[in-house]
Amino acid sequence: MAEFSTSIVNKGDVSVINLSGYLDAHTAPTLENNFTDLIDQNKFKIVVNFNELAYISSAGLGVFMAYIENIRNNNGDIKLTNMNEKVFNIFDLLGFPLLYEIFKTEEEAVIKYNESSGVGSK
Amino acid sequence: MRVAELAANKKNISELIVKSRTENLSLIRDFISNKASAKGLSKEDIENIMLSVDEACTNIIKHAYDSYPDGEIVINLEFNSEKILITIIDQGITFNPDSVPDPDLQKYYRNGRVGGLGMYLMKTLMDDVKYISVPGEYNKVLLSKKINVAHK
Repeated sequence: MAEFSTSIVNKGDVSVINLSGYLDAHTAPTLENNFTDLIDQNKFKIVVNFNELAYISSAGLGVFMAYIENIRNNNGDIKLTNMNEKVFNIFDLLGFPLLYEIFKTEEEAVIKYNESSGVGSK
Repeated sequence: MRVAELAANKKNISELIVKSRTENLSLIRDFISNKASAKGLSKEDIENIMLSVDEACTNIIKHAYDSYPDGEIVINLEFNSEKILITIIDQGITFNPDSVPDPDLQKYYRNGRVGGLGMYLMKTLMDDVKYISVPGEYNKVLLSKKINVAHK
């Protein structure tokens, strides 16, 4: 049974992690490995695309908290995109929209990185 | 009459017994989803109940059994006319649910660690969450929720 899988696509210097399936305490280590691999490669501009994600539990949400500070300390970010309503509601219940930028589409999140990495901007 | 009652009872109670392994979480969610769908619960109710039971079982696997893979988790599902009652029993370490604070995202942000998110979700998504423990014997989590049964 294909429970959970991820794929990483590079868009310029932005790394997009695509999530698919069920993200729970059993499958969360797969995503943790993706983050540690990207951090090891000094890739800190990360977009996570939830388009194919059917389910998330708090163990999945915890993965985003585990790496965010390190990534932001390296001038990067984790931006979240393409969440279905059900998944967004779980993030919302726990107050995550205060800490993470959530976009409707992957393109918007990638553009946001490109805008803010321009010379003279913050 | 008594036989009929028993039959009715039987129909409204289901049980699943699994080992304390995270790989069984999908089995647990399928069990909840199948039984609740058969009763005609709304999709939203099913999803909220499924997530709450996942959170309760994840806590049992990680904390009560401290990731020991051969503990037993017994999940009982009972429907009556207005609510669903789920009882989850383990023989792991007893903890005090009052010692788990509500989640503080700013603190998690600083520490890179989360805790209590699952319990907060359970309390938010279910109508009632109760913990009953006899230390050294068993722990019980009781989850209940009023249900809106769709017309069949």
